Amino acid sequence: MRTDRPILLVEDDEVDILSTKRAFRELKIANPLEVFRGCDEALTRLLDEQRPLPCLILLDLNIPRISGTEFLRTYKGYERLRWIPSVMLTTSNSQRDIQEAFFYQAAGYMVKPLDFNEFKEVIAQIHAYWSHCELPDPRD
Amino acid sequence: MKNNQPVLLVEDDVVDAMTVSRSFRELSIGNEVIHRINGVEALEYLKDTDRPPCLILLDINMPKMNGIEFLERVKRSEGHRRIPVVVLTTSNDQRDKLEAYNLGVAGYMLKPVDYRQFVSVVKDIDRYWTVSELPS
Repeated sequence: MRTDRPILLVEDDEVDILSTKRAFRELKIANPLEVFRGCDEALTRLLDEQRPLPCLILLDLNIPRISGTEFLRTYKGYERLRWIPSVMLTTSNSQRDIQEAFFYQAAGYMVKPLDFNEFKEVIAQIHAYWSHCELPDPRD
Repeated sequence: MKNNQPVLLVEDDVVDAMTVSRSFRELSIGNEVIHRINGVEALEYLKDTDRPPCLILLDINMPKMNGIEFLERVKRSEGHRRIPVVVLTTSNDQRDKLEAYNLGVAGYMLKPVDYRQFVSVVKDIDRYWTVSELPS
């Protein structure tokens, strides 16, 4: 995983945002973390061709206005963006949500633990896996 | 993996297929490995089985129907498109990677030549897909 490519976090809960930032710090994850509290802003960011594409998106399901799955479906409709893998990071363990996320080609679905150390372990697993995966390197 | 459903391995190289099975045994991964040697046979398995896999491990370079063609078919299928696909290949080709991710793969790992490194790759896959939920 190129460490100069950012990881996007699409999440509206401030506590979860802080936990993710803390996990990144403690795990010494080198990729810049960009936070978007709404899907509109995240999509605008992705469509901005002046900025480097992220290598990964961490995506909450329950975000006001546009849901995480709707965002997934939308950005996957763009030829320039559809390769970017998204990992759902959510409190929902409903099979219906899981099915829908994978239907729209989520590349993982993690239920957020309440305990910070367990949450950090989930972030560690995500980072380990995607660090070992080959990713395309399209010209921005 | 998160559940006990089988793992479908689509791989034409018999030695690599044995290495995957051996890795699963060594890592005590309980999921049965269903092996098919090309995309055509893998699609037939998916069509006929009453035990759909929880994960597909997919080689790219195979005769009859290669990994990308298989991926196109599977991802067009309403019944099977939810199954996460992880590419496990020797191909380091940029076009293969881009095409695979455009088609919705959930990972792309290069097959190491060294057995211990191969086991390590399989371990990474198992750990992630044990933490991740899977559609059932």
